[in-house]
Amino acid sequence: MATDHSRTAARFMISPAVLLLLGWMIIPLSMTIYFSFLNYNLLSPGMEEFIGFDNYEFFLTDPAFFAALGNTLLLVGGVLLITIIGGIGLALLLDQPMWGQGIVRILVIAPFFVMPTVSALVWKNMFMNPVDGLFAHAAKALGFAPFDFLAHAPLFSIIMIVAWQWLPFATLILLTALQSLDQEQIEASKIDGANKVNRFIYIVLPHMSRAITVVILIQTIFLLSIFAEILVTTNGGPGYASTNLTYLVYAQSLLQFDVGGGSAGGIIAVILANIVAFFLMRMIGKNLEA
Amino acid sequence: MTNNNPNYNKLIVTLFAWAIGLLIFFPILWTILTSFKTEAEAIASPPLFLGFNWTLENYLEVHERSNYFLHFWNSVVISVGSTLLGLLIAIPAAWAMAFVPAKQTKNVLMWMLSTKMLPPVGVLIPIYLLFRDFGLLDTRVGLVIVLTLINLPIIVWMLYTYFKEIPGEILEAARMDGATLWSEVIYVLTPMAVPGIASTLLLNIILAWNEAFWTLNLTAAKAAPLTAFIASYSSPEGLFYAKLSAASTMAIAPILIMGWFSQKQLVRGLTFGAVK
Repeated sequence: MATDHSRTAARFMISPAVLLLLGWMIIPLSMTIYFSFLNYNLLSPGMEEFIGFDNYEFFLTDPAFFAALGNTLLLVGGVLLITIIGGIGLALLLDQPMWGQGIVRILVIAPFFVMPTVSALVWKNMFMNPVDGLFAHAAKALGFAPFDFLAHAPLFSIIMIVAWQWLPFATLILLTALQSLDQEQIEASKIDGANKVNRFIYIVLPHMSRAITVVILIQTIFLLSIFAEILVTTNGGPGYASTNLTYLVYAQSLLQFDVGGGSAGGIIAVILANIVAFFLMRMIGKNLEA
Repeated sequence: MTNNNPNYNKLIVTLFAWAIGLLIFFPILWTILTSFKTEAEAIASPPLFLGFNWTLENYLEVHERSNYFLHFWNSVVISVGSTLLGLLIAIPAAWAMAFVPAKQTKNVLMWMLSTKMLPPVGVLIPIYLLFRDFGLLDTRVGLVIVLTLINLPIIVWMLYTYFKEIPGEILEAARMDGATLWSEVIYVLTPMAVPGIASTLLLNIILAWNEAFWTLNLTAAKAAPLTAFIASYSSPEGLFYAKLSAASTMAIAPILIMGWFSQKQLVRGLTFGAVK
């Protein structure tokens, strides 16, 4: 039994972390909410005035917002699709007996540790560049015209770069889940005459479903805030073709100095992230009880 | 049929897996190779794979032109500093939640996690303005503060899942022997907790090293870590593939090595204990 003494001590030990996070969450977030109701531009200081929901109206009727919202969904959805399917395939492959398994695992996981600005620049210049990139060389060698990926398919190119970075994460987690699969269950199903496909659909996939959900939710949280990859490859362009919500808010507030409009966009992004977070928290909460 | 020969199957799987592994790793390999080429060789057509004059010149030049090691040192200070500060705050909290659980513990943990889900753009403007007013823009102190706060929930959670696995009976026994709370922490718990703390430290340094939202938005030149420094190569006048590759190789090498040692912890830390 914990004594009163240790309970007091425990509270004392928890409080710095709680107070700091509380401050981190409440102070800036309430400032953002406050700013979002102001006509506030950094270029005209002292002219702030309360304008109600005008910023939200401006943001929600701006075509750029819908472009950014669509791009955000495409970016998150596209990367999820590639990493989940690729991750399941890779996890199944890496779970097989082979020579040099440890090394292959290391090769597959490596992209996750590359900082976003490096991977974006390496892909942009050394692979996707229409003159000197490897893809351009390959296209020329095969007799095709080089394709300018970031100019003509900017969002697709960013999806590929981000998917490359996150595929290792999905693979690693799905592989971990796969390795906890009860081998006796597999053996029993073999005796019962189940073939590989049936075993995958009825035993392996249900066993991994929890890990898949976790991967989807956690990646979504991170993918909603993709920023560096866009900043160093396309700057959100051409036009708004590769602008996501995060980048739009950044551009509105720190490039156009419209603090009010940017804040309204920030609050909209918070609301969207909260919808995802709600489901993630429920999953993790359930696990905590188990 | 040879198909039933286990060695034959293993060979096929091995070849296939190695091919895919090398394909995924290729961009990193290509960056490392290019860092040893001259600028002319780096853009040669057809591309040169191994048959070029290996040189270390890019590594020397990257530093001469841009004070590379200042940015490297910034990365070290910011990632290690924010991790140590985070551990200092999180270890007591995680300890208390794991060993003196109260009714509210679960809610507190979940709430801490929810702060991690706050998208950074939601607080970008206030943080930027506060930093401007307090003179924290482009300072290492400012970044240490922000990165400590954004990674604190992950640190608390990871430590909590590790501490949970330490058997409570040992603490009971120590208490029976008359150990006070603090001696309990220092002599009994800490030695058992060291592996968990070490893993948390490792993972958090990786996350902080690669963080590229706040480091890009809150630094300019002086305090810019490698994430922000490398981003400066996106400007057209900086388009030197061999130098970009050398700068990139140095930026990712330490973390790549640390990352390979912490694969298991990565799963645990980033899924908040939901997958082990």
